[in-house]
Amino acid sequence: MNPDIVVDVTGETCPVPLVEMRKAVMKAEKGNIIEMKGTHPASMMEIPMAVDSLGLKLLKTEESNGVWHIFIQR
Amino acid sequence: MKMTIVVHSGDFDKVMSALIVGNGVLAMGGEVTLYFTFWGLQRLVRKKLASGPLSKMHFFGLGKWIMIQRMKKNRVATPERLMEDFRALGGKVIACEMTMELMGLSKNRMEEKWIDRYGAVGMYVRETESSDRTLFI
Repeated sequence: MNPDIVVDVTGETCPVPLVEMRKAVMKAEKGNIIEMKGTHPASMMEIPMAVDSLGLKLLKTEESNGVWHIFIQR
Repeated sequence: MKMTIVVHSGDFDKVMSALIVGNGVLAMGGEVTLYFTFWGLQRLVRKKLASGPLSKMHFFGLGKWIMIQRMKKNRVATPERLMEDFRALGGKVIACEMTMELMGLSKNRMEEKWIDRYGAVGMYVRETESSDRTLFI
């Protein structure tokens, strides 16, 4: 999957991953793919919740060794 | 979803809570207005956003110092960063004019870039009329 925007929030905690996701969505154009990369456990569940609230498309979530990648399409 | 948060307290941890909840709502697509009044107003004075005491276990500043060390260790965003993010995501800030007078605060002491409007209780009521929920912190 080829993201147009990559946002690395590794090591950041609540509410920074959500806030940075929202900023990326504001920057993105319609159809753009955003990859969020991070380690905060709760955010792995909360970013998809925010994606739903914002009416965006959740493309994929992967996690290994505590690092997650979430792909979102605007 | 629209939320109005009355920031009545100027305590460090309570202002943090208001900013974290506010940012969360904005990040999830909602609208937020923070209405600063009474002790909360002191946090809108220039360079004073992080200057409040802890609401519990402040211990003349020692408790707060420990809290700030822990926040740094856990990479928790500072109040300044949270406020900048709140503004960047479109959050609104209203400062209560009547209580500013009570608190002895004039506009030239306030961090004006963070304040959208000065108002009184009528403006708060207008904001809550269109809000789904209100918090009083």
